[in-house]
Amino acid sequence: MPERETLLEARGLEVGYGASRVLHGVDFTVRAGEAVGLMGRNGMGKTTLLKGFMGIVRPRGGQVRVRGREATGGAPYRVARQGIAWVPEGRGIFPNLSVRENLVMAARPGVHGRRDWTLERVLHAFPRLAERLSHGGQQLSGGEQQMLTIGRALMTNPDLLLLDEATEGLAPLVARHIWRMVEEIRASGIATVIVDKNFAAVNSVTDRCVILVKGRVVFDGASAQLREAPEVAHAHLGV
Amino acid sequence: MDLATFFIQLLNALQYGLLLFLIASGLTLVFGIMGVINLAHGAFTMVGAYLAWSLAELTGSFWAALALGIPLTVLLGAAVEWLFVRRLYARDHLHQVLLTFGLILILEESRSLLFGDDVHAVAVPALLSGSLPLTDTLSYPVYRLALSGACLALALAMAWVIRATRVGMMVRAGASNREMAEALGIPIKWVQLGVFSTGIALAGLAGMMAAPVSSVYPGMGNQVLILCFVVVVIGGIGSVKGAFVAALLIGLVDTFGKVVTLEVAGVKLLPQLAGMSVYLLMAAVLLWRPEGLFGRRP
Ligand SMILES: Nc1ncnc2c1ncn2[C@@H]1O[C@H](COP(=O)(O)OP(=O)(O)OP(=O)(O)O)[C@@H](O)[C@H]1O
Ligand SMILES: [Mg+2]
Repeated sequence: MPERETLLEARGLEVGYGASRVLHGVDFTVRAGEAVGLMGRNGMGKTTLLKGFMGIVRPRGGQVRVRGREATGGAPYRVARQGIAWVPEGRGIFPNLSVRENLVMAARPGVHGRRDWTLERVLHAFPRLAERLSHGGQQLSGGEQQMLTIGRALMTNPDLLLLDEATEGLAPLVARHIWRMVEEIRASGIATVIVDKNFAAVNSVTDRCVILVKGRVVFDGASAQLREAPEVAHAHLGV
Repeated sequence: MDLATFFIQLLNALQYGLLLFLIASGLTLVFGIMGVINLAHGAFTMVGAYLAWSLAELTGSFWAALALGIPLTVLLGAAVEWLFVRRLYARDHLHQVLLTFGLILILEESRSLLFGDDVHAVAVPALLSGSLPLTDTLSYPVYRLALSGACLALALAMAWVIRATRVGMMVRAGASNREMAEALGIPIKWVQLGVFSTGIALAGLAGMMAAPVSSVYPGMGNQVLILCFVVVVIGGIGSVKGAFVAALLIGLVDTFGKVVTLEVAGVKLLPQLAGMSVYLLMAAVLLWRPEGLFGRRP
């Protein structure tokens, strides 16, 4: 099998807020079509790493490369236009836009002009949204909001989806729907980086897992490998 | 007041209100979306008025003056955003007030150097110079009607862009969560440049279009600015719909405030009340709804 394109790469990434340093030289790679789980206890720097990729926080050291091109601290819109979509912790839907507008405003062909994801397809994947098209963003339940954020990210026809805490605070049934959707996205060939508290679920829908402890990578290997060595997960994640 | 006079005053009030809306909409958009208080906003109306006068002198045609003046104000707005205002988005209101006050001084001084300090009149274009007879003795100038029509059309176009187009969605999304909008591929700095220069162009255009009905004079931007702030405060900060309603209200109150006071002058109603009516309206609205008519409750 030919080597797949590297979509996103971090080398020695260092990020901090004010006086506090959060990431201490993180190496991280995602190839096309790959599903990567990013795990770690609270406050270990997972969200910060994703924001560093997007250019939302400016790294203090190290490098971010998107499709092989230097992108360290670049404008977030440029990163997005390279086919990377971000589903943030806390969802970030636009409360002053309707459901339909939240989706339509993000619509864009992918990097190679791909237009796989249209409004119709997103609504087909999330029928609940179709019933609430004219509702304001803030009138949705938590699960619907999460569907909207994922749907909105898909409207940009990304090659890589960064999912931060996609099932946080959701009822188990709704969370299961989101996980099924994540599987479908993965099956459609979109690469994913998944951050979630549910270790077993992340592990089962990913090819590879990365564990962060206090801003350093302590494990980077196949998800299967992590399943066979439960002591690693136990030591770093307490599961 | 007979019916014809009342009707004429009503048309005057509408024209005044619509014009005021055109100017104030830019101020409220820039404040609502970028969080910038632009004290120089009114000065751009003056710039527009002087451009209309000088370009009409130069080309001999009011229409040519409009055609040249509009792109010039857009460029001026873009340049001011790019050079100055862009640096203010992340700063507090004191910095914004200081810098934009400085801009007023610069614009007034440039106006003085380029155009002098004289008061000027701009001729009504021949095409619209007629009057519509209302009764045997009363008539209404066509230009004022056309002016109202143009303002109304621009207001509707603006509402359409904001509510129904993708550009409008992007503007609203950026106003609510800049980071998220950027991360979806929207270059917010260009959106901001566009919003600011559109607001300036509208203020300038209002100055150009009003030039034939009101004279062109130094410092005219200051009066405009104060009224615009009244509009923005009454309507609710950042609300375009609020600015529309407030501007029309002010048009009515100001116009009829003057007429009514004049009529009952014999009964010695304080004539000063007429000049204050707009501010009394603002005080009344703020007592009733401190966030303005369409403002978000804090
Ligand atoms: N905007 C900020 N300003 C200052 N410190 C911050 C900021 N955001 C995060 N931090 C700190 O950086 C560290 C890493 O935070 P981050 O949100 O990246 O962790 P996380 O792994 O995503 O945690 P969680 O599982 O709780 O989401 C934490 O100690 C946090 O307090
Ligand atoms: Mg987090």
